[in-house]
Amino acid sequence: MNSYLGRKTIDIVARSACLAALLVAIVPLAGVLFYLGAKGISGLSWGLFTELPKPVGEPGGGFANAIVGTVILVAIACSVSLPVGVFAGVYLAEFGGNRFAKAVRFSADVLSGVPSIAVGVFAYTIFVLSMRRFSALAGGFALSIIMLPTITRTTEELIKLVPDSLREAGLALGIPKWRVIISVVLRTGAPGITTGIMLAVARAAGETAPLLFTALNNRYWSLDPIKPIASLPVQIYTYAISPFDDWHRQAWAAALVLVAMVLVLNILARLITYQRGGER
Amino acid sequence: MISLAETGPKPAAAPAALPRHERQMIANGRTADEHKMLAENLHAWFGNTEALKGISFPILRNRVTAIIGPSGCGKSTLIRCYNRMHEVVANARIEGRVLLDGVDIYARGIDPVLVRRRVGMVFQKPNPFPTMSIRDNVLAGLRLNGVRPRYADELVEKALQQAALWEEVKDVLDRSGCSLSGGQQQRLCIARALALEPEVLLMDEPCSALDPIATAKVEELIHELGERYTIVIVTHNMQQAARVSHYTAFLYLGELVEYNLTDTLFTKPNNQRTEEYITGRFG
Repeated sequence: MNSYLGRKTIDIVARSACLAALLVAIVPLAGVLFYLGAKGISGLSWGLFTELPKPVGEPGGGFANAIVGTVILVAIACSVSLPVGVFAGVYLAEFGGNRFAKAVRFSADVLSGVPSIAVGVFAYTIFVLSMRRFSALAGGFALSIIMLPTITRTTEELIKLVPDSLREAGLALGIPKWRVIISVVLRTGAPGITTGIMLAVARAAGETAPLLFTALNNRYWSLDPIKPIASLPVQIYTYAISPFDDWHRQAWAAALVLVAMVLVLNILARLITYQRGGER
Repeated sequence: MISLAETGPKPAAAPAALPRHERQMIANGRTADEHKMLAENLHAWFGNTEALKGISFPILRNRVTAIIGPSGCGKSTLIRCYNRMHEVVANARIEGRVLLDGVDIYARGIDPVLVRRRVGMVFQKPNPFPTMSIRDNVLAGLRLNGVRPRYADELVEKALQQAALWEEVKDVLDRSGCSLSGGQQQRLCIARALALEPEVLLMDEPCSALDPIATAKVEELIHELGERYTIVIVTHNMQQAARVSHYTAFLYLGELVEYNLTDTLFTKPNNQRTEEYITGRFG
């Protein structure tokens, strides 16, 4: 098999196998997007973005409250998981040679594997039972637990990618270590860290299970963090299992809106970090 | 004996002639007492490996001191001991003293951060901050130390001129530091160190990643800076040591074999091993 022809054949076979695997991997993604687009676009209307849900049986209505609710929930989740996750990642990368750090790293990995429904149950016992009510706060807390391991681990990995020569350059200029980490290391790793954060946000924005018995749902306007709040995933879930055609239509449209929101957020974040990063 | 100092390319700018009394003192086996820094019985370890085994010699004020020796002899470890960068590596430790203006920089209560502001460093590979512009790179040492320089533009120009880079970059100060060529990046790193106005400048093989033209520029620079700064340069290249330095220390296997006036060391070395090394019989 050492002949030129032999190696050529192996090359073609291996390449075709890789290409085939790639296509198989892309099919579900393209399928989801296509199906969402096809089913969702027909349901889109201006009213969806401006109106509240109508009572059962009445046609029309929208999910403006659920869009705002999702934004609020994700904002609450970010306000907890961003600082905690980024700082934890910095600790693991810069000071993480000891046993404690290994334990933290391991628990972060375990946490990212915990089913989201279990996270919901946890937030339920912590917040909902003690406050005796479902609330946006409880939902945001549940989402922040979902985001935390992703943010921690991506921050750690990306900080480790920043070459040591840059840290040494900073230290040799008589810059204190904390300042080197913030102004040199984090800044150099910022584009990658932002991407990791965006992935975490996207995942959290689409989670349904942790919200079912924390944020619950709300058919009316609510910006109050200690009251139940509507969200797109729960809205989609409620509408999708209902027996009404109009609600099915709205569920498709809501799913399309959710995907579009995450996509736009991703693109924005990349544009911002790309500009800040300057020309390379 | 043919020394490399004689056969090597004629230095573009030979180091300034030393005062007669300084030569006389060396000839009498004493060192000039105007030392800026002084290593005293300096030992350095990486874990259990002893990289430096009791080094003692002075770094004279406003002179260029070269440290030469084969790979692994401890040159880089030694130069990193002069600004407490050795201890940045995990499991690294030192014993002995390093004096800066008579004060032990390893004494209790001495902040390594403050030592590093007085003793600047340029590394083997150019390492400008990739997220900062050329201008911000020069100002980084001040800004990240919480200093807001009032005449920032003048300061940037001065530092870049000292580093002989100003003419090449004065119209592109807002470009990324990484958009420059390797030699320019290294001079940017020198400018960045000079902007802090250090008393001593340490250079760890500053030209090993540069081509001959960029090397000549950096050497010219060392020659000029040597009049105002105390410079320590580690180099693999013996011709370079001969070209730029007043004094040379030859290290071998973590020990100081010989410290002498550069031209004496290269023409009439006192030690057999020095002679063998500079004539290329080992190393």
